[in-house]
Amino acid sequence: MSKCFERLYNGIIKENPTFVLMLGMCPTLAVTTSLINGVGMGLSTTAVLVMSNIIISMLRKIIPNGVRVPAFIVIVASLVTILQFMLEAYLPSLNDALGIYISLIVVNCIILGRAESYASKNPVLPSAFDGLGMGLGFTIGLSFLGAFREILGSGAIANVQLLGKDTVVSGSVGKIFSHYEPITIFVMAPGAFFVLACLVAVQNKIKLNAGKKVAECDGNCMACSVSCESKPEEPVKKAEEKVEEKVEEKKVEEKKEDK
Amino acid sequence: MSSIILIALGAALVNNVILSQFLGICPFLGVSKKVNTALGMGGAVIFVITLSSFITSSIYIFILAKFGLEYLETIVFILVIAALVQFVEMVLKKMMPTLYEALGVYLPLITTNCAVLGVAIKNVQNGYNLVESTVNGFGAAVGFTIAIVIMAGIRERIEYNDVPPSFKGMPIVLVTAGLMAIAFTGFSGLL
Repeated sequence: MSKCFERLYNGIIKENPTFVLMLGMCPTLAVTTSLINGVGMGLSTTAVLVMSNIIISMLRKIIPNGVRVPAFIVIVASLVTILQFMLEAYLPSLNDALGIYISLIVVNCIILGRAESYASKNPVLPSAFDGLGMGLGFTIGLSFLGAFREILGSGAIANVQLLGKDTVVSGSVGKIFSHYEPITIFVMAPGAFFVLACLVAVQNKIKLNAGKKVAECDGNCMACSVSCESKPEEPVKKAEEKVEEKVEEKKVEEKKEDK
Repeated sequence: MSSIILIALGAALVNNVILSQFLGICPFLGVSKKVNTALGMGGAVIFVITLSSFITSSIYIFILAKFGLEYLETIVFILVIAALVQFVEMVLKKMMPTLYEALGVYLPLITTNCAVLGVAIKNVQNGYNLVESTVNGFGAAVGFTIAIVIMAGIRERIEYNDVPPSFKGMPIVLVTAGLMAIAFTGFSGLL
């Protein structure tokens, strides 16, 4: 049982997909115009992630290694189609708000990443909790982003108007709140980039501060959080380095041929 | 004819895939460190999205819509795109080795690019016919290339600038992308 909790902690805090691993950026930026949309997208992804982890973990000994990625994609795509039907039937307003980003859950790198790195190697129960942890971590990331953008951009939280002219807060506090002029750009496309940039910068700042303390006190490199600093970009960097290496190799080869 | 030009312009500038629809953010943030790699990625994306728009749209019109199987679009499209990327890689390797050398390393990265699937689904949702879908795909891919190349150019210069420590790395790139997105909203008056 402790392993399951460890998985939850890992997904929500230690390897939070939004803030630490920087995975699944497309839905993160696109649908977080309000808190409700962010939570809806996060929970939809969580549902798909938990189900796909369970199914892939059950089938892990049956799926041949050579065709595992196409097999994972078919499983995830079927689950997403089912989810789409459910949303259309029971939550049509959310379905309209999220639009094509529901279908695009298929190409969310979190889901394939978890299938590949965890569910295809571990038993069913830990895999389910791994999916739940990662999904909740993603939901929390999206909710944060959505809440910030909604309050700055339209002065509301979860459709309750807190700031601005139509504030629901009464009395003298309400009078102060009513002077707020919503900054519309935060619910538009550019605002998504700015809010995420600031949230990541705050997180970097915390890490930098914590890093100093750790470095000063005992010099235990294993517990040092400074090493995490380069972590968010790591997978991307690796891919890019590979690309660059290959390009360079090819250039060298071309030169040889020219000679 | 004019409607087709409008579709291409709209897809490339007004509804830029990256800056207004947030599709393909991963390669946009990942492969935008040098202008040369960005250009290579852009070329590969133009090639694959144009081709995949044509194929997915013909599959939708001639097979799925005909037999009332519209609900299978997500499953069919993603499989077709994954297979297509593999197939294109093999064909280029055999038939056009020079083009393969220029694009080859970027092709495997494209399967996970949500812009490809996103454009295919958008084509269906907007009810485009075969020609319109292909043009829309081409326009969207050109928009992707424009954005990623500009980004790479800016990032090459940012490296020499004095960025506050907590904004180093991803945050400054995101701020840059936000400013680019503001600039691109200027195109919205174009149509």
